[in-house]
Amino acid sequence: MLDYATLRVIWWALLGTLLIGFAIMDGFDFGVAGLLKVLGRDNEERQVLLEGIEPTWEGNQVWFILAAGATFAAWPMLYAVAFSGMYLAIALVLLALILRPVGFNFRGKIHDPRWASLWDWVLTGSGLVVMLVAGVAFGNLFLGLPFRFDDDLRMGWHGGFLDLLHPFALLCGLVSLGMLLAHGACFAALKADHAIAARAVAIARWTTLAFAVLYVLAGVWLAWGIPGYAISGPAATAGVSNPLYKQVAVGGSWFAGYMQYPWFWAAPLLALAAAVGVQALVGRRSVAGFIASSLMVGGTIASAGFALFPFLLPSSLDPRSSLTVWDASSSHGTLRLMLVVTLALLPVVILYTGWVYRVMRGRITLEQVRKAHGGY
Amino acid sequence: MIIIDADVVTLSRLQFALTALYHFLFVPLTLGLVWILAIMESVYVMTGREVWKRMVQFWGVLFGINFAMGVATGVTMEFQFGMNWAYYSHYVGDIFGAPLAIEGLMAFFLEATLVGVFFMGWERISRIKHLLVTWFLALGTSLSALWILIANAWMQNPVGAAFNPQTMRMEVTSFSAVLFNPVAQDKFVHTVSAGYVLGSMFVLSISAWYLLRGRNIDFARRSMTVAASFGLAAALSVVVLGDESGYSVSLNQKMKMASIEAMWETEPAPAPFTLFGLPDVARRTTHYALKIPWVMGLIGTRSLDRTMPGINELVDDAKGRIGNGIQAYDAMLMLRRDKDDAQAKATLAAHDRDLGYALLLKQYVDDPRRATPADIQKAADSTIPNVPVLFWAFRIMVACGFYFIALFAFSFWKASTRTLDSQRWYLRLALWSLPLPWLAIELGWIVAEYGRQPWAIEGVLPTALGVSAVSTGQILTSLGGFVLFYTALAVVDVVLMLKFARKGPDGLGIWPPAIAAIPSDRP
Repeated sequence: MLDYATLRVIWWALLGTLLIGFAIMDGFDFGVAGLLKVLGRDNEERQVLLEGIEPTWEGNQVWFILAAGATFAAWPMLYAVAFSGMYLAIALVLLALILRPVGFNFRGKIHDPRWASLWDWVLTGSGLVVMLVAGVAFGNLFLGLPFRFDDDLRMGWHGGFLDLLHPFALLCGLVSLGMLLAHGACFAALKADHAIAARAVAIARWTTLAFAVLYVLAGVWLAWGIPGYAISGPAATAGVSNPLYKQVAVGGSWFAGYMQYPWFWAAPLLALAAAVGVQALVGRRSVAGFIASSLMVGGTIASAGFALFPFLLPSSLDPRSSLTVWDASSSHGTLRLMLVVTLALLPVVILYTGWVYRVMRGRITLEQVRKAHGGY
Repeated sequence: MIIIDADVVTLSRLQFALTALYHFLFVPLTLGLVWILAIMESVYVMTGREVWKRMVQFWGVLFGINFAMGVATGVTMEFQFGMNWAYYSHYVGDIFGAPLAIEGLMAFFLEATLVGVFFMGWERISRIKHLLVTWFLALGTSLSALWILIANAWMQNPVGAAFNPQTMRMEVTSFSAVLFNPVAQDKFVHTVSAGYVLGSMFVLSISAWYLLRGRNIDFARRSMTVAASFGLAAALSVVVLGDESGYSVSLNQKMKMASIEAMWETEPAPAPFTLFGLPDVARRTTHYALKIPWVMGLIGTRSLDRTMPGINELVDDAKGRIGNGIQAYDAMLMLRRDKDDAQAKATLAAHDRDLGYALLLKQYVDDPRRATPADIQKAADSTIPNVPVLFWAFRIMVACGFYFIALFAFSFWKASTRTLDSQRWYLRLALWSLPLPWLAIELGWIVAEYGRQPWAIEGVLPTALGVSAVSTGQILTSLGGFVLFYTALAVVDVVLMLKFARKGPDGLGIWPPAIAAIPSDRP
């Protein structure tokens, strides 16, 4: 039987896995959508790009829904504070997500270039919004968010939407944008007609380079410019899920964890090595290029999660209220049940997702699109 | 101490109600239509007749438009608990979050992953495999409803959980109790059956329109036959299980039951059923009540001798529970100071099921222990939901239910005797009945959710306490965004639905095959 502290670490890792799953699976959809107007020069080319993601984007987006649902179940306070605190940012993401299912489905339903172009812009815009806001939100975690709990554990929030736009957070937004555009371009290089794929290769190289530079820059800024948080004294790793029972010191380094556990360095090194891999592979072996960009995405998110550990959501207003792995989880029973359910079901999901990708495999060519207007 | 803004509560409720009712315009059609597709495709695979495949493809186009809307608006629901109901999410996330997460894992992943193959995989996989995809797609949608309704049923009947004073929240004590909540089972069958009725009505009505126009005759007749049989079974199930649902409401939500019936005083058993009347909230009476003896007692208690409490008696009960709740609240505060205080532990254990009743007072007074008798009276009175709305919503819903049984039974008979297009009045009736299932379904949710007020979790957490620390300006912004987006999408949805329904299988080149099957790879 797993003890409470172990389960909390497992659920922290699972939350990370779901976020990485989301960023890899749905990230390339967002990336392709964001590059739609750049990669696809006319309606037919854009149709090729969209048909490449159409059969599978819907399942990919469930990674995000699931990440939100699993956060609700395993980290209810994180879900409550993050979603209500960053209210307008989340609302923006939500409105962007609402437009995607209808955008994909409705675009081809009326044969009029203006109609298609309208939805192209909608899909491009919603892709860019989600990629940027996700990064900005993540960046804000390192800065701390302006919330505190009262004795009933009711949260108060003292800040507005514009407070989220700190330069460091904006830099993280650009890191996210560069990373997922590169990932999307790698997918297009793999999936789209050769004429478009050639363009995608060039874009993948540039965006990967931009990502790597910005990522290192963000790391340097984080190391020297942003105070880290640390739990004072020994952490009650199996303690009660009530953040107010601890004390937090601000002013250390977010890299303290990296000093304590040197294997954490594997994550940022993987991200950078994978960026080099993308440069080398995307033009020659598109499958390998896409795997490299996936590793780049995974390494980046893991490196951020490692830096935060054991914090989930630091509070700048009242550091004691910060949510950590040790005091913001569900009860022992819920964590255990949800672990069993996840271990039983997630492999099945991966299995049938794999089958669907196999069924729908193959490059989408311009000729195909010209012949048949998709049945979707 | 953070003061709760009444406008934030009102706006949060308004936004949730609007987005939920809007979401549920699309969900039931998905739930119903997908099984009709599965039935049609099964016939195709068994008989090998091309027309059945074409039926799946045609109704599939309409299904796809609706499915996209359902997915788009469903994301809102998943986010909104955290955005607008943060304290709710904290207070019950330990229990409520689990079914939502399992829904994603077990059901939504399945349907969202397979839907692409359903539409784009016809040429890529064998018939049998495609049929399996359709069946699993249907299974996914119904499983999705199951988990969502398990979560919702827990809001109506919060079993298997206990309050933890150290974490200030409800925590799970028995997952099997949450899972096998009797309310969940009734709700699940009632709700999916309602979706099946809607899906059947959708196919029936549009097909009737083709017959009225003399178009797509064979295609429409076959579609109507499927819809009539599936719809009849579903309509019977929705009413029978609705009754079962009524019985379980009478066991754990007595106030909701009494309000639906506008039953102010406890009637001697077996209670009569008020067919019509004008509930008067101010005087707590129902004018011009037309009562049928015994019926209510039979539905509500399944007996002739058990009484059902009226609203006034339940308000008195609530006052007593508020008193107990205050003791629990006091004990909770003592435990916060000293978590080993044995006496406080005993008091909390004795009264923690009434703690929520003390929280009702938080709307009037910061510390429930300082409530005046007038505050307590106000809080007890606040446990009465909006009686006239429930009274009428319920009656219109039930009337629709019986009408569906009649219409589908008649359609079934016409289909069996092959006389579907013999009478134009019947076809018109079938066409114009199209909006009724939507009406009944939305009213059903109003009865279920509005009838639970003032509670978010029945007896545990008052709705007003569940809100987030957000400003009215923030909610107005998001609400404005939803109204704008949802209105625009509704217009597009209706335009596309009408466009494709009007075009029909003939206009779209799906059937007859003479137009459809022009091989596209010919040089």
